[in-house]
Amino acid sequence: MSVDNKTVRHIARLARIALAEEQVEPMANELNNILDWVRQLEEVDVAGVPPLTSVVEQRLKMRDDLVTEGDQADALMANAPEAEDHFFVVPRVVE
Amino acid sequence: MPLPSSPTDLTLSEARDALRTRAISSVELTGAFVEALAGARALNAFVTETPERALEMAAASDARFAEGSARPLEGVPLAIKDLFCTKGVRTTAGSRILGNFVPPYESTVTANLWDAGAVLLGKTNMDEFAMGSSNETSYFKPVANPWRARNSNRTLVPGGSSGGSAAAVAAHLCLGAMGTDTGGSIRQPAALTGIVGMKPTYGRCSRWGIVAFASSLDQAGPMARTVRDAAILLKVMAGVDAKDPTSADAPIPDYEEGLEGGVKGLRIGVPLQYRIDGAPPEIDALWAKGVDWMRAEGAEIVEVSLPHTKYALPVYYIVAPAEASSNLARYDGVRFGHRAAEPRDVTDLYERSRAEGFGAEVRRRVLIGTYVLSAGYYDAYYVRAQKVRTLIARDFAQAFERCDVLLTPTTPAAAFALGEKTADPVSMYLNDVFTVTANLAGLPAISVPAGLSENGLPLGLQIVGKAFDEQTVLRVGRSLERAAGFSAKPGAWWKAA
Repeated sequence: MSVDNKTVRHIARLARIALAEEQVEPMANELNNILDWVRQLEEVDVAGVPPLTSVVEQRLKMRDDLVTEGDQADALMANAPEAEDHFFVVPRVVE
Repeated sequence: MPLPSSPTDLTLSEARDALRTRAISSVELTGAFVEALAGARALNAFVTETPERALEMAAASDARFAEGSARPLEGVPLAIKDLFCTKGVRTTAGSRILGNFVPPYESTVTANLWDAGAVLLGKTNMDEFAMGSSNETSYFKPVANPWRARNSNRTLVPGGSSGGSAAAVAAHLCLGAMGTDTGGSIRQPAALTGIVGMKPTYGRCSRWGIVAFASSLDQAGPMARTVRDAAILLKVMAGVDAKDPTSADAPIPDYEEGLEGGVKGLRIGVPLQYRIDGAPPEIDALWAKGVDWMRAEGAEIVEVSLPHTKYALPVYYIVAPAEASSNLARYDGVRFGHRAAEPRDVTDLYERSRAEGFGAEVRRRVLIGTYVLSAGYYDAYYVRAQKVRTLIARDFAQAFERCDVLLTPTTPAAAFALGEKTADPVSMYLNDVFTVTANLAGLPAISVPAGLSENGLPLGLQIVGKAFDEQTVLRVGRSLERAAGFSAKPGAWWKAA
């Protein structure tokens, strides 16, 4: 299972990271180096072993379904690279 | 108590006592550190210094001392890894993508510190999003290790990802520092800079307000010059938090109490699989010395087996990137942080903001994580890794039936040179071979400086304990510290002439 250029373009699109055409091949090589190395896990017998879901045994906590920190629009917008009033500005999505 | 020639040479516990007896004021103490910071910029340990805020906080602490309402860390100046959100102080995570992000909120751990009276000196440099073992992936340039090899002027890395915090503690630029540890990011730099660093049990400290890397592995911890100092800091940092449902509702003992209790009657496990091919003989030699020290102090030494140790790093390099690819999805160029100029459409905005904002290592890990979670590969990589992780956790559970703590080396080698390992990611990853297992199993672990390498660089030994048994880990760590008697200091080459 080695990663080819087509797969690299596909996962870069899934991850929303622009990759110039000349970066695709080197990235495929880098990913394959790492994947070749992690593939040693194939030699471990995991039959009947459950995947680990939590390192520390604890019950899932429930809390009351209440607004705890509302009404902070100014603080939420303070770091926006582009904003108008209390709206984030993005390029036109619907023509 | 007589004060040393410079207040920056006090340990945190000594400074706390000097402040309480009012032998020194917090403004004097903090002023000395502010000056030390300004004279140590050659180390690049800080991304942001906050001298005005530090002196204001110190003055407020002195007022508290005057009116007799001092709190546990009153007036104690600390450095904070730039992964902790600090209200009103820029927080970068070592990345370009956060740009000039100024959090409108405070992380729970740092809020606990300020509520206890601590003083903020500044935010420390780190590997981008805590992804790295040398501090070289920082957008804000690498940190220099205060240590240099004997008869050498070569710049060495301080380890990572908490490299700035480690360097700041080692160079006496603060009394203690906050780090975070996902695969060894507190303990490895602590070992490489000759300081103490502790990763508590997963859930011991709240992760709320800490920029997320790999949520099932990340944990905040103290970095300091002595085990006692680490114990003092952990006591204040720890605690259950309604904002982090994975934080543990477990009692927090007074970690200073019983610290000097020694190891008599304790069973200390030595895991066979931590003897690795190709490690320099000085690592094994120091480990053997550690075993002798513990035996001499009255511990019983038990050989234990952790058979899946060699699979820990490959598991980590599937699980951590998988979680990172999900956590880092929030950086979209819309709500905060870096935004690409003149986007064609919204997809172009996302793709270019992220390509420009993330460095090479972060891009690589996000892509690996996306791949191992993608349709068709999820079972082969991610689920299999999580199954092997179960086996690693079971190894520890079985070992702890026969012993109370484990003693291992912290790193496979001393500090290396800048640029030495950047060409080969896998060789860089191997730095964390002894530390990453504790993250995968959620266990508490401490690194204590224990000796010098042949060329005069610090080396650490690690104590790993049972979940929520930080107290025993600290007690054994203190015993190790006392036996090792590590007192070497780096030459102060970085001080501005």
